Amino acid sequence: MLDLDRMIIDKPEDGIFRIHRSAMTSPEILQMEQERIFNKSWLYVCHESEVENPGDYRRRSVAGRPLFFVRGNDGKVRVLLNTCTHRGALICRHDQGHADILQCFYHAWSFNNHGDLVGVPDEAGYGHSFNKAEMGLKSPPRVENYRGFIFVSFNPEVEDLVSYLAGAREYLDLVVDQAEHGMRIIAGSNRYSIKANWKLLVENSLDGYHVRPTHKTYFEYVNSLGINTSGVQTAFSRPARVLGNGHAVEEHDGVRGRPIARWSPLFGEENKEEIAAIRTRLVQKFGEQRAHLMTDISRNLLVYPNLLIIDSIDITVRIFWPITPDLMEVTAWQLAPREEKPELLARRLDNFLTFHGPGGFATPDDVEAIESCQAGYRAEGVEWSELSRGMHREAIAEDELQLRAFWRQWYGHMSGLGKVETNDPEIRQTVALAR
Amino acid sequence: MPQAREQNDRTVPAVRELVEDFLYQEAALLDQWRLDEWLTLFTADGRYLVPTTDLPDGDPRKDLVFIDDDMVRLRARVERLKSRHGHREYPSSRTRRFITNIIIKVAGDGMVVTSSFLIYRFRLGESSPYVGWYEHKLKQVDGQLKIHHRKAVLDMEALSEHGAVSIIL
Repeated sequence: MLDLDRMIIDKPEDGIFRIHRSAMTSPEILQMEQERIFNKSWLYVCHESEVENPGDYRRRSVAGRPLFFVRGNDGKVRVLLNTCTHRGALICRHDQGHADILQCFYHAWSFNNHGDLVGVPDEAGYGHSFNKAEMGLKSPPRVENYRGFIFVSFNPEVEDLVSYLAGAREYLDLVVDQAEHGMRIIAGSNRYSIKANWKLLVENSLDGYHVRPTHKTYFEYVNSLGINTSGVQTAFSRPARVLGNGHAVEEHDGVRGRPIARWSPLFGEENKEEIAAIRTRLVQKFGEQRAHLMTDISRNLLVYPNLLIIDSIDITVRIFWPITPDLMEVTAWQLAPREEKPELLARRLDNFLTFHGPGGFATPDDVEAIESCQAGYRAEGVEWSELSRGMHREAIAEDELQLRAFWRQWYGHMSGLGKVETNDPEIRQTVALAR
Repeated sequence: MPQAREQNDRTVPAVRELVEDFLYQEAALLDQWRLDEWLTLFTADGRYLVPTTDLPDGDPRKDLVFIDDDMVRLRARVERLKSRHGHREYPSSRTRRFITNIIIKVAGDGMVVTSSFLIYRFRLGESSPYVGWYEHKLKQVDGQLKIHHRKAVLDMEALSEHGAVSIIL
């Protein structure tokens, strides 16, 4: 019998925070997550740059539901449920493509790229109550675009996206404002599975504590290129940030450099001047203080429940969906300014694949680590996972406050309490940008 | 290509025989984790590329790929694979490579060889294959065939249960 009250022990006054490991193994929990989290929250679908031209479309699975998104001939991006309104067949059967008309192969109903039903063979076979205007492809109940990032919600009652994003909004702005002419998703995506519960990737992605021990070989490689990474020792000492609604960020000093805009040898001599010029432009546009946050500080941002934006030596956009309690599917992309010079883009991509890609020197070890946790749960004799790090002090990026922020909101949704708002000092931690 | 010109001479092995032998020897080195020896098969400016599953023609200069190694990074990759801190391959997986459908095109002072591969990987109770094709651009250097460019293109739609490209494909 599932006992939600026994999922989390959260006692900030005693410095105790534990998660019951059945939260990662129970099929009932996953079923509840589907109903209470994925059917209730805003969920990331795509970036608008993935369909640049009218008629461009791509399909994507969101919370297990087949969707596709298409830029209509009117220029607007629509997200549509990928199912024919006639008898249900998938309308969009290519991963990506271009079409003015999408035709269902089963009975040849045709829809334009706005989703309107425009053709029904032998329409005379239908009576007077058949109304073509009502038979267009359907959208999820809510679709909103925040500065190019398109989200859907299957909950018609969900708050507007900007309110939902809470403090995460300012961090998305820090990413988007790096580009002068907007961001775009680079062609080529990473698609892989991890044999672990999806929440373990949330934890791993926000966890500064594992970086040095787990990713030793990555830092050895970077050091071998003549790059001094000793700053990594202290990079994770910045205060941890909780952003409200389960969103959180792990921020650290960008000692390995940033394409926008902090040069390091990882970006090559050929990009030194360009990176300096970008920094100068951002200081002029946003002032020294904000430019410092945009150019010097790296961060892993969680947009609850399952979107990660890793704004670091590259910008990785990563989404992951539970398939079973011990299996998730991950997709990751690279985001870059449209105007980025080819030499700098090449280095950005190089940094992505060296660290964040599944063929790199770091991400495979994260996969191994969380699969190893999931395998360890089968021992069963240890009921609780320990996540209290930093509860007794002002938490830093190497602590686990960011993980607790996620878990507290998770528990709020799962237990029906809704948004987590309390007077607990740790939970109330700043929602403002780091200064 | 002296061998190519002299392929009617029975004392010199035919090009196909040489290339097949080269690919089989390479596969054996990888399956036996003799990675330092494998590195010696490359020219000094060798490259190893693995495109993403959704963009098999990906150009690493402008597209996202899984792996784009020059010799510096390829040597680092080998060091990592030999390290007990390369966690995804520690302990190492067992692999077995099958290479077939070899097509050879002689081009300039080298040749372009495409082949199909099936690589089984066994580790921690799991077994799953990587399926795809290779493109080897080979050159003669001091009478030895060397790899100038090596591309492994996956046919799978996603890396799926592999979770990574943790071995050398």
